[in-house]
Amino acid sequence: MKSLAELQAIKDRMKSKVALREGYGEIRVVVGMATCGIAAGARPVLNTLVEEVNNAGLYEKVSVSQTGCIGFCQLEPIVEVIEAGKEKVTYVKMTPEKAKEVVEKHLKGGKVVTEYTVAGAN
Amino acid sequence: MIRSHVLICGGTGCTSSGSLTLQKAFNENIEAFGLAEEVKLVQTGCFGLCALGPIVIIYPDGTFYSRVTADDVKEIVEEHLLKGRIVERLVYRDEVADETVKKAASELSLSDTNFYKSQKRIVLRNCGVINPDDIEEYIAMDGYAALGKVLTEMTPEEVIKVVSDSGLRGRGGGGFPTGRKWALCAPNKAPQKYVVCNADEGDPGAFMDRSILEGDPHCIIEAMTICGYSVGATKGYVYVRAEYPIAVTRLQHAIDQAKEYGLLGKNIFGSGFDFDLEIKLGAGAFVCGEETALMTSIEGNRGEPRPRPPYPAVKGLFNSPTVENNVETFANIPQIILNGAEWFSSMGTEKSKGTKVFALGGKIQHTGLVEIPMGVTLDTIINEIGGGIPNGKKFKAAQTGGPSGGCIPASLINTEVDYDNLVSIGCMMGSGGLIVMDEDNCMVDMAKFFLEFTVDESCGKCTPCRVGTKRLLELLDKITQGNGTLEDIDRLEELCNYIKQNSLCGLGQTAPNPVLATLKFFRDEYIAHVVDKVCPAGVCKGLINYSIDKDKCIGCGKCAKNCPADAITRTDYIAPGHKLASFTIDTSKCVKCGACVAGCKFDAISKK
Repeated sequence: MKSLAELQAIKDRMKSKVALREGYGEIRVVVGMATCGIAAGARPVLNTLVEEVNNAGLYEKVSVSQTGCIGFCQLEPIVEVIEAGKEKVTYVKMTPEKAKEVVEKHLKGGKVVTEYTVAGAN
Repeated sequence: MIRSHVLICGGTGCTSSGSLTLQKAFNENIEAFGLAEEVKLVQTGCFGLCALGPIVIIYPDGTFYSRVTADDVKEIVEEHLLKGRIVERLVYRDEVADETVKKAASELSLSDTNFYKSQKRIVLRNCGVINPDDIEEYIAMDGYAALGKVLTEMTPEEVIKVVSDSGLRGRGGGGFPTGRKWALCAPNKAPQKYVVCNADEGDPGAFMDRSILEGDPHCIIEAMTICGYSVGATKGYVYVRAEYPIAVTRLQHAIDQAKEYGLLGKNIFGSGFDFDLEIKLGAGAFVCGEETALMTSIEGNRGEPRPRPPYPAVKGLFNSPTVENNVETFANIPQIILNGAEWFSSMGTEKSKGTKVFALGGKIQHTGLVEIPMGVTLDTIINEIGGGIPNGKKFKAAQTGGPSGGCIPASLINTEVDYDNLVSIGCMMGSGGLIVMDEDNCMVDMAKFFLEFTVDESCGKCTPCRVGTKRLLELLDKITQGNGTLEDIDRLEELCNYIKQNSLCGLGQTAPNPVLATLKFFRDEYIAHVVDKVCPAGVCKGLINYSIDKDKCIGCGKCAKNCPADAITRTDYIAPGHKLASFTIDTSKCVKCGACVAGCKFDAISKK
């Protein structure tokens, strides 16, 4: 180790990998992963979300996890965004492409992508 | 992309309760469910709740599973990791904390439990969080940042000043101010100076240092290097007992990694400062935990203490100026450097700053490792964090400091635990072993147990310790066998004080402490042993007798079958309402093992 910059570089690189262990961030993104969700393709959605959140450097603020059946099986895959003090946003019939958009616009930009929400879809 | 981390405790406690087979089962199941790309398995150090091991924590949910077996793994992987449904039946909830009972498992966090609620983890901050075998995980948690700061921005004097101002005192038991120790060594000129880490944790029931080395070995390496820089030493030794194989392996691995990353060795951080570190294995002699004996042992000689002065700061290892600190003391250093002296001194009491790690053992629900701010009461440690005494028994006393310490009786349970408060009640902080005793423990027997230990461990160099402790033990033996007199109690006390004043090293000077403390708080028990010839707790075999109530005995003969000494025989007496003749115990043959009582379903055998 020859300089502090080198140490900092390792720290930056590793931080995203251990941030997961600090529990939930300010924003929780939950993917319905019951049988219905998995059958409808929730796995790739979940993986895209995890990847995009990390790529966008949001890993300290946003935590992605899965949950059981949300109850709206015909609209799966469902992704919910839960943020303290704000109304819960429910995205339905998600795909990896839509997930990318949600990370970019909603989680990063702070704007709900209304056309994918349960209200917008109806 | 990894979305979930499964943390499995790899401390000694959970390893012996089967965490290695668990790791294997997780690997197989994660593979079988095709989750290898999404879930990462991490082996960590001790989480602290050893009684409930093996422990598994799953992030980001922070779900805390306890007593997990290999058979549960498939369910956890399929339900939790694949489908996101928490396996409710394995989630740890402590009965006493209301919040944990009310909350749904998905919302339950570790900090809600009584066990963690009152804790403040500074020394143990990385234990159970990072993989101790991965230096990069340590770096991610601000690891080596303190060393970087010290080497690039601070002078040695500034480092010593921060440590002094923080109020940190030696955590090995003595409580000597760490900053002063460093300041005493720094000005001494010598071609070679040394930094020594005392990891020869010998107190029965203590496992604080072991858990730190197992869970966060890099923090010790970092702290010793910082110490080396501030006192001008370029060589360090960690003296660790060979009985700690996991700690030794992980520390060696950490040292190798640190060398590979250039965090040990030549010209660290381009500052021109060199530091090298080596492990010395101890063979397990208790006296080697004493600083001068430890150094003698590192030098390759028989581990015997030497008189002080000269103090190690002037003439220590290989007759060179040396700083020796305990593992837990060192573990505080990087955080003090990063957060400042004021941050550290804001915790704790007036003269005892920061936190203290305790290893809870004995008659307590949550056997394990806890870290609390100085000044928390014993009551909080035992009844809240420790979960109280099992089986509805009453708390009698807690032994701190192992064979060198004393006991705190139930009447002083509200004592705020810090160095000076414990000394003022005739106790000592010790290194952090805390053995809890309930009404079934005999205090005379307890003192005898520790004396047996010191008699075994006395190195024999000085007479007061070698012969004195032996005579003490003989007196205690006499008392527990029912042959003691009141004069013996006086003799005991006189001898204790003599040994305390005249022994060469800490071992002898503190060996009589368990006797003195029990004499102070439980003199009535000693008197019961010598005057009434009874052991109130029913422990001392010489003073108890088993007898069978002939009217309660139905004559089943189970006791006679259990008896290893053929001391139980049938009588001619048939109790009214019973069909078979009752049994009786020949006390001259009885070996007082208690096997008869354990087997009797009719409550007919009593112990008096």
